[in-house]
Amino acid sequence: MKINKMMSALALAAAVTVPAIAQARPVTLTANLKNYGGSGAYVAIYLTDAKGVYKGTLWMAGPGISFYHYLRDWSRASGGNLADINGLTGASIGAGQTLSITLDLSDALINAGYQIRLDAAVRNMPPSKSEVVVSFDPAGKGKPVKGRRYIQSFQYDM
Amino acid sequence: MLRQIHKLPGLLAGLLVVVLATSGTILSVIPALDRSIVPPSSFNQMNVAELAGRIAENYPGAEQIKRSPSGKITVFYFNNDTPGADLIDPATGTKVTEYQPSGFTRWLKLFHRSLLFDNKGRAVAGFGALAMIILSISGLMMTAKRQGGWKNLFGHARGTGTQRWHVAIGRIAVFGFLFSSITAIYMSLVTFAYIPDGVGMGPTFPTDVNGGPTMNVGDMAVLKDVNIADFRSLSFPYAGDLTDVFTLNTAQGTGYIDQATGKMLSFEANSFMKKTYEFIFMLHTGQGLWWLGLILGAAASVIPIMSITGTLMWLRNRRAAPRIKKNILAKHANIVILVGSESSSTWGFAKTLHDGLTAEGLKVHTAPMNRMKPDYKAAKSMFILTATYGDGEAPASAKSFMKQLAAVKTTPSFHVAVLGFGDRQFPRFCQFAQDVSAALDAKQWKHMLPLDMIDRQSAQEFSRWGREIGAVLGFELELVHTPALRKTNKLALISRVDYGAEVQAPTTVFRFGVPKAARKGLFKSIFGRRLPKFDAGDLVGVLVPGSSVPRFYSLASSAKEGALEICVRKQAGGLCSGFLHDLAPGDEIEAFIQPNPDFRPASGRAPVILIGAGTGIGPLAGFIRSNKKCRPMHLYFGGRDPKSDFLYEPELRDWLKDKRLGTLNTAFSRVQNRSYVQNKIISDAEMFRDLIAQGAQILVCGGRSMAQGVLDAIETVLEPTDLDILTLKTQGRYVEDTY
Repeated sequence: MKINKMMSALALAAAVTVPAIAQARPVTLTANLKNYGGSGAYVAIYLTDAKGVYKGTLWMAGPGISFYHYLRDWSRASGGNLADINGLTGASIGAGQTLSITLDLSDALINAGYQIRLDAAVRNMPPSKSEVVVSFDPAGKGKPVKGRRYIQSFQYDM
Repeated sequence: MLRQIHKLPGLLAGLLVVVLATSGTILSVIPALDRSIVPPSSFNQMNVAELAGRIAENYPGAEQIKRSPSGKITVFYFNNDTPGADLIDPATGTKVTEYQPSGFTRWLKLFHRSLLFDNKGRAVAGFGALAMIILSISGLMMTAKRQGGWKNLFGHARGTGTQRWHVAIGRIAVFGFLFSSITAIYMSLVTFAYIPDGVGMGPTFPTDVNGGPTMNVGDMAVLKDVNIADFRSLSFPYAGDLTDVFTLNTAQGTGYIDQATGKMLSFEANSFMKKTYEFIFMLHTGQGLWWLGLILGAAASVIPIMSITGTLMWLRNRRAAPRIKKNILAKHANIVILVGSESSSTWGFAKTLHDGLTAEGLKVHTAPMNRMKPDYKAAKSMFILTATYGDGEAPASAKSFMKQLAAVKTTPSFHVAVLGFGDRQFPRFCQFAQDVSAALDAKQWKHMLPLDMIDRQSAQEFSRWGREIGAVLGFELELVHTPALRKTNKLALISRVDYGAEVQAPTTVFRFGVPKAARKGLFKSIFGRRLPKFDAGDLVGVLVPGSSVPRFYSLASSAKEGALEICVRKQAGGLCSGFLHDLAPGDEIEAFIQPNPDFRPASGRAPVILIGAGTGIGPLAGFIRSNKKCRPMHLYFGGRDPKSDFLYEPELRDWLKDKRLGTLNTAFSRVQNRSYVQNKIISDAEMFRDLIAQGAQILVCGGRSMAQGVLDAIETVLEPTDLDILTLKTQGRYVEDTY
């Protein structure tokens, strides 16, 4: 699936830490799922600083809010705040399928030494928090990163 | 009305219901299969600490332990960053086999739930379940009516083959249908949030964890308190992440456990609605109740049969409903025909009457009884043709007739004739026609003819009635009723055995086969249909050349025997019997089969009492001949003189020897010490009561007066007991085939 979104919520959260929003640019996030043999995966994609302090959610794949607590690190870091994902949710991702979303992110987020983290959970299978942890800067673009249990590879392009 | 309610969802959602039921049937065996591979130790008494401790020892990279509702214990683990899953023997905590979830099962579940169309498909499946509920309830109510009340629901099922299958299978499996569809509706309503699922947002995440070194999971007191039967899953903290926790899932709820202290940090109890959903889920899927799954699956497996037989019945009714040509408006008509019909057979007769009267130049209006007008201005005569439904009730097209009649204030100037259609085997033969006739009497309507009744759609009786009304109306009315188009077969006489000439009752047993001409050619001799399908007790309609009115005879053989056998007495001046008696071997006739499924021994081992006089022995002999299992059969045969018309004597003697026939009791009326079967029955009363107490079924075949005599005799026999003929008839244990 391909999604293009303006990142208003996150841009606002970022504005608090970075007073001057200079510019924004489109960032494409791509996650390939393994053929793990189960139903659609819930995947939370979010930003933290280098110490793991939550900065904002980029995308939530999966509609059932009562299942979000299985995305344990996301849930813990964000406090499960649904306002954070308002307008940033989509369907769960089937096994073997690919999620691709394009977001307009401010340069201030890109050069802040942040990390992109992915938590994944599948019904009737073990949840997998911090499935992917990768530092977020222009140098890392286009480099696929392996996931822990459900994600074959994840990469960001800008 | 009930029929409409049953018919519509049946036709509209039939295929959907079949698809859901078939996928459900396959899924229903999974819990039982699952259960069969679960190690027996899975049902030992143990607590979760013991189980988790053993597994943690063998699987240092354990990630999650799960228990499925069937008791299967699975461990998900990481081994050098490679995820894996094993089925575990809980007694040892070791691997039984690798855990491989079936892709087919997952696909089939998704198909069963949503037909692979996501939420739209889920909604469609939900409507399928709703259709099933409507079909089940309306079907059950129709069956109760047809059987003559709820107490007879499981009584002998009557009707043609398809009807009987539909009723006999349906009335048992319907409870499975209802169980599956009601639980499905509940789940569907939860899916679409009309009923809350009761799932919480998860326990609150602890803000402070101890952070010390991980303790042995086997020593955690919290886990020692959880019995394995209540256990759902336990997730381990990530290795090296000291802020992480254990997540425990049980029948009671979900909680986080501190990995250093083993204390429950927070817990979310399962809500009532969640527990309810889980319970309903178990009832629907059989997961955790494998035997229930198998029962429901067995019930669902017959839904294709229900759908096919139901559609066949509908098609047949539709085909039988004729279009009335030249139907004059009610206010202009001089003849009004009102029809009370449940299926469509009575309409066929009404059409014949309509056409016959129209041909005489009369203006005829034909309508359902429900559409009776308060007043017919031009009418000179009215005919009411009606069947009876169930236990003496009005058929579908006459349901509101009695009310409408009660509302008519004036007494009409025209005359009315009522003709009832029914089956003498049913306890209340033509009851509704009798009620209508009585209601007309009470309102002082003038009768053209007394109430008349037609047994089993007899075309002869209908023709006779036609002549009677013709006589009243002042012209010759020849009503030739031919029921729906039927194919006839050519049959050739193979052999004949003649009896009874000496006692003025010439009677012959005819055996017919497929004519030689029809067997010529290799293709035909291999693939050609030899004989139409029939069993002893069915009827054969014989068409005399030049006459379109068939004459029916009871069959004394089944198609499997390779010959069609009938027993016919030559009637003085009888057109058809005369024609048959003049046949020589090799001569051919045109004939067709009319099923008569109610007149045959019920299945089982209960004794059967066969009572017949004269040619009535035909089908009874057929029953004895095919009694290969030698269930107890007792024959009472009445004739004139054993020297002349002891029909089937040599065969009966043989069957006595090989035990196909238990006892042979005869009564002859033209010898010294003359007696009739009725006398025999009375003198054997003790034995009759005995056999009936064992569940015996009585089958009577012969002339109407003989049948009445037998009925009276059996009534006398039953007097000291608490049974009566009506009860036996309702149970299908007293069946007549009379002529």
